This record gives sequence, structure tokens and C-alpha cells, in this order.
Amino acid sequence: MKVSLFITCLSDAIYPRVGEAMVRLLARYGVQVEFPKAQTCCGQPAFNSGYWDEARESARTLLAAFEDSDFVISPSGSCTGMIQHYYPKLFEKDPIMLKKAKQLQDKTYEFTQFLVQVLGVKDVGAVFPHKVTYHPSCHGSRLLGIKEEPLALMENVKGMELIPLPFAEDCCGFGGTFAVKMSEISAAMVSEKAQHVLETEAEVLVGLDMGCMMNISGNLMYQGKPIRVMHLAELLYEGVKQA
Amino acid sequence: MSHGQQASTVKERSHIALNNEFLRKAVKFTTERLRNGKKKATAEHGNWEEWRERGRQIRLHTIAHLDYYLNQFVENARANGVHVHFAADGKEAVELSMKIAASKQTRSVVKSKSMVSEELHINAALEKMGIEAVETDLGEYIIQLAGETPSHIIIPAIHKNRYQIAELLSKEAGETLPADTSILAGFVRRKLREKFLDAEIGMTGCNFAIAETGSMVLFENEGNARMVSTVPKTQITLMGMERIVPTFADLEVMATLLPRSATGQKLTVYMSAISGPKRDADADGPEEMHIIIVDNGRSLQLGDPEFQELLNCIRCGACLNACPVYRHIGGHAYGGTYSGPIGAVLTPALQSNVAEWDDIANASSLCGACYEACPVKIPLHDMLVYLRNRKVEKGYGQTAEKIGMKGFAAIMSNSKRMRSVIKMGQIGQKLVARQGMIKTKIGPLKGWNSVRHLPSLPNQSFRERWETLEQEVQASNPAMSDEVRERMEQALEQRKNEGRHHG
Repeated sequence: MKVSLFITCLSDAIYPRVGEAMVRLLARYGVQVEFPKAQTCCGQPAFNSGYWDEARESARTLLAAFEDSDFVISPSGSCTGMIQHYYPKLFEKDPIMLKKAKQLQDKTYEFTQFLVQVLGVKDVGAVFPHKVTYHPSCHGSRLLGIKEEPLALMENVKGMELIPLPFAEDCCGFGGTFAVKMSEISAAMVSEKAQHVLETEAEVLVGLDMGCMMNISGNLMYQGKPIRVMHLAELLYEGVKQA
Repeated sequence: MSHGQQASTVKERSHIALNNEFLRKAVKFTTERLRNGKKKATAEHGNWEEWRERGRQIRLHTIAHLDYYLNQFVENARANGVHVHFAADGKEAVELSMKIAASKQTRSVVKSKSMVSEELHINAALEKMGIEAVETDLGEYIIQLAGETPSHIIIPAIHKNRYQIAELLSKEAGETLPADTSILAGFVRRKLREKFLDAEIGMTGCNFAIAETGSMVLFENEGNARMVSTVPKTQITLMGMERIVPTFADLEVMATLLPRSATGQKLTVYMSAISGPKRDADADGPEEMHIIIVDNGRSLQLGDPEFQELLNCIRCGACLNACPVYRHIGGHAYGGTYSGPIGAVLTPALQSNVAEWDDIANASSLCGACYEACPVKIPLHDMLVYLRNRKVEKGYGQTAEKIGMKGFAAIMSNSKRMRSVIKMGQIGQKLVARQGMIKTKIGPLKGWNSVRHLPSLPNQSFRERWETLEQEVQASNPAMSDEVRERMEQALEQRKNEGRHHG
């Protein structure tokens, strides 16, 4: 069985440590992940801006890279959501590509989906003695319905205190190109989100999408607040090493 | 902000809103109250997802057979003695209303809350004819005094706090009224009582129209719509052509969905179903009743696979209350009659002028909270993207963005190119990166870095790290357990047989 990593452009360029944590964590269950190098980006920045021809050019690299994979796993609910929710729409007028899009849609999983739904793992045996708060990213929780999986994984981390984030379900204001195009509205949203994070007095903010994490941590750094921001895969892997 | 929507951009309008602390506090306060109310009411009711799906199916079915149900409604309403008119656009609807008003030598019209009448700017038209138009919904009355337009579909004066309202009403009263809600409401009640008795015409909107009986239904909390529809001798109802539901049984589903989604109420204080003018045995009611069925861009959505579901909207405002963008900028920043996520899609769709309205579709982070809140499951987050796409397809994309997207496609269509661009970034950033962060506010980083720092690129991207990582992992890799293998094979098998359910 071929299990492939869809790293996403953001984790590839800025947060390679997230991909590494995923690969090492899955290896503990004997899941040998491979990395097809032809992959680039899911195309979401172009798609969401209305540039679908450009989005298709990017999406084609994924369709080709993962053509013979059995499972494709990604550290982003947003990029997984792009494949699962919009690829069939993107290729609706091209029957050959549409078939490939639907195949990719079927075999793509967000990281916690794969861990919990496929492998049936809810307790990775991690120890993480810190106060943590969790921001559920919009695309993962709303487009993909990932709500229980991360909570199940976090509940089983020993020593960790999970503090509920006020207004957790409110968007952090990232929205890809939205943060640039509508920077003032986005700034108001991220400032409020960071304020809520600070109110929890948590040491660590954890999430499932590095776009949102980059946005919130960017504001926390700007404010000079030393809160650690991590992907759940990183937290779990660090917790496993400590156990 | 009146009708100057073309004069400025959503960016400029939201800049004004973001610098208005009163507005932001007032909007946050009320939307929070409403969405918490909704959460509580829907949880208490139970099986909410099933109710939503039922509501969606009723709306889908009705809109798919809108010609049939509209005919049925019109036949039944006429049989009940109602004068039914059709207006292709706003201008026609206004002309029809004015003709009725003229024939009654009207001096005064009392109105209950109606978004369609806002859409048609009917108050301005009445005033031009020298007819006084009085809004009788408290919120509408307040914004009428302020010379503004509603900033929320169900809470028109959501952007005002009670001190601002006290100030407005004091001016009207000619004395200083305290900022006490019951005293303020008492003043308005006394004031409006005279207006109800004076008016020749009562004008209403229409929440739902029942095809099987020809009835029109109003949901309200203040009793003003009941006054408007019983005291004056003539009633004019403005009705969007999509307000139809087939039967009273379907209304029950809508009556379950609408108040709970709007305010968290189990039912509004008043729900009136009016099936025609006063009959001999009736104690009250209008002697003459008109219903003007308004198209005004609605039929443009029929047959459009991406936007037809817009006609399913029941105008509850839940998407506004859930929207994190609306929360910060309020309704006027959207620049049209309808605000929030529904307004961002509905306004350009009704006006069919994608080019001029291109910017409101951008005022969304596409978080999907609107879809999740919608009682009839309209995929507004998808429609916002479709709208952006139509703008680009029709050639209205901005030049700089077009060039940027061409560049994006050139890089992302080839992984080697992507790798070299990352490499260039790693080298180039040395000029600006300090301690893992980029703080400069020049060029495209200005907006981002005005409230954030940007992380710099690590020395090695994941794809550069991969070969060593793979070797390291392989060296320490345990073999896959039978259990894990079985679960994965099972997932594959299941996928082959049943496919996967996608959220």
C-alpha cells in the first residue's frame, strides 16, 4: 500500500518541521510514507480569487503526483478541503481529469482523519505537560467536518491541560489572499483571535492548519507575546519523544 | 450611508466602520446575543440538521416549480378578493404602489418592516409625491429618523447603541428622553399610535406566501405589522416572487426554522396569516388589499446552477450573526440593501452587474460560518468564490492580480520551478530576515506586517530535507502491525465498494 505525503506549499517552504513530525509519527505505526516530488500546491490561492485556469495548472501537478497512491495525507484541512470540496467542480468540464480528480478526492485525508478514522489511533502515547488551547480551523471543521478527531487525540495526551478557546469557531482572518486584499478587516479579525488566545493564558496554541497558525502567531509575535504555536502533529510527536 | 454604493469601495467603507468603536461594540454585542440564542434554541429543539434538510428540500422544490406555485398562489389570492400585481423591476413596483396611493388620495402610509421596500427605495418615492411614509418597526423607525438604511436584515439599527437612540428620539420628542429602553419604546408607541390611525394605506412585506390558500404570512415581535394590516383601509403588500411555500404544512417547517435562526425565539410574538381583505363578519382588516409580486433580478437566478439556491433564502439574518467579517464591519460597509454574506452574494446577483460589485465578494475569508448557520443550507461560501470566478471569466480581473496569478500558475505548474523559487526566497530574505522573522512593511508585506511578523523561510524546505529524512526514518521503522494493515486494507475496500462520504 502506497501512502503519500501531500506536504502543502506552506509546510514545504516555511514549516518543514510539521511534515517531519507527521512522517515520524506515522512511521511508529509502520506506515512508510513516501513523498512524490512532482507535487506543488493545491491551487487554492488562485481558485479562491476566481482564477480557475491558473488553479487547474497547479492542481494538475497533484493529480499526476498522486496518481498511483493509495492514501494521500496532508497536514492541512484547508488544502485537503480544496481537493475534496472543489476539485470535482474545477474539472467538471473535462471528463478525463474529472475522473482523476474524483479518485484523488477519495483517497485524500487530513492528518487527524487518517490517524483516527483509518488507523483507529486515538492515543499516540504522548506526554505534554503544558497548558494548551486549540483553534479549530474553518475549512477542516466546516468543509471536512473534522471536529471529533483532534479532540480525541488531544484528550489522550497525558499531562496536558486543554483550555477552551473563547469564540473558537470564529475565523482567525487568514483566508489566504483575503489577508492581503482586505488587510484591514483581516487585521481586526486576527487581533481579536489573538486576544482570545491570550485570555486562556495557555502556553501553547495548537491547530491543524499552518495558514491560520502563521496568521495568529504572526500577530502574537508582533505583540511580543511568547506563546508557542504548533501543529497538532508536532505536539503529538514531541509528546511521544518525551514519553 | 444612503444609496451611494457605487461611490466607494468595500475597503473604504469598512475602513470607516473599523474606526467606529460605537458601531463595533454595538454589532458585536447584538450578534453575539442572537447567535447564542440560536445555538440554545436549536439545541433545545433537537434534530436540527434534519430540520435544516427538510427546510432546504421544501425551498428547493418550491423554487424548482416556482411558476406552478406562483400561479396557484395568484389564483387563490384573487379568489379571496386580493388585487395581485406583477412588477418586473423596482421601477414598476414603485409605479404600481404610487398608482394605488394616488387613487386613494393618500397623505400618509404606515409601513411594517420590509426588506423588499428597502430594495425598491419606496419611502423616497412616496415622499417625492408628498406622501408621508412612516416606518413602524422600532428599529426601522430609528434609522428612518437618522436618515440611514438598515444595517442588518432583521435588526435594522443594530449599529446603534441606546444612547445614540435616545439622542435621536429626544430630537423627535422635543425633550430629553433618558436612555432607558422601556421609556424610549413607550415614546415611540404613543407617537406611532397616532400615525396608525391617520394613515390611509398600510404597507407590509411578506415573509411567506402560501400557494394552497393564497395567504400571506408575517412574522413580527412588536405588533406593528398587525396594526399596519388591520387599521388602514387599504393594504399594499410587497412580496419578493420567491417568498412562496406550497402549503401550511410547509409553513410549519419555516416557522420552526425562521425565528430560531433569527433571534433564538421558538416563535415570534406575532405570526399573522392574512388571506384577503375584510369580510362582512370581520371586526377589522383592510377594505382593499393589494399584493405586488416583485421580480427585480430574482428570475435571473432561475436556471443558474451556481446561484439558484439564493432564492431559497428566508431572510433570517443568521449568516450575518455568524459572520466574523460582519462582526467587525457591520452592514453599511457592504454598501447595498442586503448585508453580510447573503448580501455580498445577493446584491451582485440581483443586479447582475458583476463588474461594478466585484469588491464585496472579496470581503469574506470564506470560512463557511454562513453556510453552517443557514437554516436552509445555502452554500454562500461557494457562491462567493463563483462570483469571483465570474468576474475573472468576464474579463474584469484587476491587471496586477492577473499578472500575479499567471506567475502563480507558472511556478506551481512545475515542482522544479517551485523549488527554485523557494531557494531564491531563502537567499533573498537574508536582507530582511532577523531572528526567524521578517518585519518590513514595504510592498505587498505592508498589510500583513502592520499587525503581524512574517516567519522567515528555514534554510531547508521539506523537499530539500526529504532524502535524509527518509533514510533516517527507514532505519528506525518498525514493521507494520497486522491490525494497522487490516484497517488500511479495510478502508481501501470500503472506498472501492461504497465510495467515501465527503463533508
